[in-house]
Amino acid sequence: MRLTINTIGYNLVFILFGNVLAIALAVLLSELKSKWFKKLTQSIMFLPYFVSFVVLSVIVYNVFNYESGFLNTTLTKLGAEPMDVYNTPWIWIFLIIVFYLWKNLGYSMVIYLASITGISEEYYEAAKIDGANIFQRIWYITVPMLKTTFIMLLLFALGTIMKGQFDLFYQLIGNNGMLYNTTDILDTYVYRSLKVTFDIGMSTAAGLYQSLFGFILIMTVNSIIKKINDEYALF
Amino acid sequence: MKIKDDNYMKWFRLIAFVVILLTTLVCLFPFLLIISASFTQNESIIKDGYNLIPTVFSLEGYQTVFRFPKQVLQAYGVTTIVTIIGTTLGLFFMTMAGYVLQRKDFKYRNFFSFMIYFTTLFGGGLVPWYIMMTKYLKLTDTLTVLIFPGLMTPFLIILMKNFIRSAVPDEVIESAKIDGANDFTIYSRIVLQLSMPGIATVGLFLALQYWNDWFTSSLFINDPSKYQLQYYLYNVINAMSFIAQMGAGTGVSIGDMPTESTKMAMSVVVTGPILFLYPFVQRYFVKGLTIGAVKG
Repeated sequence: MRLTINTIGYNLVFILFGNVLAIALAVLLSELKSKWFKKLTQSIMFLPYFVSFVVLSVIVYNVFNYESGFLNTTLTKLGAEPMDVYNTPWIWIFLIIVFYLWKNLGYSMVIYLASITGISEEYYEAAKIDGANIFQRIWYITVPMLKTTFIMLLLFALGTIMKGQFDLFYQLIGNNGMLYNTTDILDTYVYRSLKVTFDIGMSTAAGLYQSLFGFILIMTVNSIIKKINDEYALF
Repeated sequence: MKIKDDNYMKWFRLIAFVVILLTTLVCLFPFLLIISASFTQNESIIKDGYNLIPTVFSLEGYQTVFRFPKQVLQAYGVTTIVTIIGTTLGLFFMTMAGYVLQRKDFKYRNFFSFMIYFTTLFGGGLVPWYIMMTKYLKLTDTLTVLIFPGLMTPFLIILMKNFIRSAVPDEVIESAKIDGANDFTIYSRIVLQLSMPGIATVGLFLALQYWNDWFTSSLFINDPSKYQLQYYLYNVINAMSFIAQMGAGTGVSIGDMPTESTKMAMSVVVTGPILFLYPFVQRYFVKGLTIGAVKG
């Protein structure tokens, strides 16, 4: 049960923060004038998407390692106490979210940026003539126009809500039992049962439960969406 | 007619500029940290910790990585072969599937589309897949097992289907048929030519997936000479932490083994090719994603 809650909880947070931040960044970026600055920043933000999760775990170790991590080096230099991050479960909730965002923000931002570019310039000019300021223009033109893209991404994400980000969790947490309470998800549990504790029966059962529960969840969500607005339904 | 920007606009631009700049720096920061650490002397890392600028410059990390070049190059070789073969085969299968699924005169296209999509909704999970691969297909310790699972990715097939639908008008196919072209000629001469940006995107997705894969190795490969690069790195990291712990536990100095900087150097070596190719491929990626995902 804790595993289910962890899996769904993390995914909900990922979807929410991921999309909201991506939209915000895309809106800000689209308002900038300088072309080369836009291109450069966009490329750099997309860069983390190409990094493997193994390398990500090296990065995390590099920053948060107790003896020589960047965080503790900086803290000691400033005269503060070093933090033992690898033994503090609650911090990992934030770290996992932060690194998920770090890795995926560029990707979803590009998608939103593309649909902003697709909005006709005429709307904005008409709004300007009517005296709408920049905030009004964003709130009443850009945001509503992004609704379709948002709903599409949201539905795809909901479809896989029972499937955790296995690579992310496994590489960051590994077999560190201290952190299981806050960071164990169904996928890591299934994998561990198969490869570490060799409890194949348990592993199969957990996997099937995950599949079945996820399937029922999607069917329910889909039928609800169909009732509200048929166009947006997945199938 | 040019309309004058209002007063808010200046402030808004400034704030947007600052926010974007900060986000970019945050995204870039870990890369700098790793690159700097890979060029730092190991002792200096242990003494002063990681820094943004190397305190004592040294190449010993890279020297250790390539002290036994055979293993690293082998892992490189495996990953390169798997990536090239997997991407080529995968593209072939997925463009075929995408093409057939969007043809309106294919009677069962909805049924097959749904079946492909259904696999993403419901499946047996990890264990049945594992048993299937090891017991029935007997693929343990082969290169096939590294290539096989990625060949038909549902998400990419759907992307491909949408892309071909928007890139190739029905009329073109119709007229080619009237001119006497058979289905395979249409596929190779028309569909493939017209959907190049989509193929580039799907190809990049596939290549990235193969290059960054460590999971398949960890499940099915026991022979170290067939490890993929990422899994090799994963093992090096674990081995290095083990050595470091042993050294600390027994009080024996492990002096000549620069564990920390080796790890970082290895990460740079593994990520290098991607970062090097990135500026060239990124343009296609953005373009293809835009067409395939938004308009589909």
